[in-house]
Amino acid sequence: MKPLQSVLIVEPSEIVYQGLRSLLVETGRFNILAQLAEATSLDDRLPSIRPDLLIVNPTLLSSTPKQQLASYARLRPAMPVVALVYQYVERSLLDNFRYVIDIRDTRSTLLATISSALNSDISENDNAGQSDNYELSDRETDVLVLVAKGLSSKEIADKLHISVHTVNSHRKNITHKTGIRSVAGLAVYAMIHNLMET
Amino acid sequence: MFTPKMKLADLIAANHNIILLLPRFGIPLGFGEKSVRDVCSAHNVPADFMVLICNVYTYDDYLPDIKQLAATDMRPLATYLKESHRYYTLERLPHIEEHLHHIADRIGGRYEQILKQFYADFRNEIEAHFQCEEQYDFPRLLSLQEGIKGKSIAMSHSQKSHGGLVDKLNDLTQIVYKYLPGNVLPEETMELVFDILQLSADIQKHALIEEKILIPYVNYLERSLK
Repeated sequence: MKPLQSVLIVEPSEIVYQGLRSLLVETGRFNILAQLAEATSLDDRLPSIRPDLLIVNPTLLSSTPKQQLASYARLRPAMPVVALVYQYVERSLLDNFRYVIDIRDTRSTLLATISSALNSDISENDNAGQSDNYELSDRETDVLVLVAKGLSSKEIADKLHISVHTVNSHRKNITHKTGIRSVAGLAVYAMIHNLMET
Repeated sequence: MFTPKMKLADLIAANHNIILLLPRFGIPLGFGEKSVRDVCSAHNVPADFMVLICNVYTYDDYLPDIKQLAATDMRPLATYLKESHRYYTLERLPHIEEHLHHIADRIGGRYEQILKQFYADFRNEIEAHFQCEEQYDFPRLLSLQEGIKGKSIAMSHSQKSHGGLVDKLNDLTQIVYKYLPGNVLPEETMELVFDILQLSADIQKHALIEEKILIPYVNYLERSLK
């Protein structure tokens, strides 16, 4: 059996924390550490808590988020940091994060984002935490078809009534699952799989 | 790292892809046990330039800095890049197209048109990209090398377009080995995948040379001609 990944969630809302916690526990791959409601003492506590993954509400970071994240990276170099978003967050703040989960993400999108965060940061022979579901979800398929038709992320967001941010997260997952990056390549994928009928 | 004193055959033993670079320098096979320096001087190629290119192709984290470029005989750079373009457009791209069409014809149905169209679009895009470089960037390099400053214009190609071209080649390999029916011409399909991957790796190094050597070198010449 693969070792569980320890996850530290820094999030004040009990509802959000419990929801995320049960989603992660359900997979049987994560061990959720105690909830932290604020990020101020995180620097001191990281060395003793030793999480494998940090999920943090970006609005809790100090006024110098870049420095703060750099200090986490110094303390836990192999620990990926995922931003947890459910309110308006400044673009410039979000740009500090390579991985972002949105409260409106589907279960599979959320898990895929977390898997890819862990996967890219753990050694190659250890693929614990990696989801083995590589089939596209229904929502990802919807996004794929619109990308293949040449729509921009903004246009797709408007059409599906979701945020641009969620669209980009779907696009990332589509590329992660299929290995295809270019719009032309995704169009070929969609046509081969008969997704372009409508 | 390779040096001009080493045996050319040893460079190829260390990285067999270097054999594909020789025609771009005008160096034929059959060089026996000669050193890089001796083979190069027999074919009028500056050995330091050839070694620099071979090092870039072999060592992934190696890139010469501007001091090293300034100390290297860079006269053949434009010719070398043009010869690379020739190799891609006249040899590899038609070869890959021939096999892709053969496989697409055999599979038929909706696959045939989709694959051919994707490849045709890709080929147009990459050939236009090469043409643009040959029309604007290389002549600019050559005149700067002759000491003529001329009008300062932005170099035509960008990292983004290189990245996009490499992505499309890699997408093509994924499509070919993952989504085409596996029972149609399997051997030819596998060979095709290898051919595309080889071309993709070559073009990535080529793009690196243009982005990290050609452009900084042109900027350096421009500054030093002030």
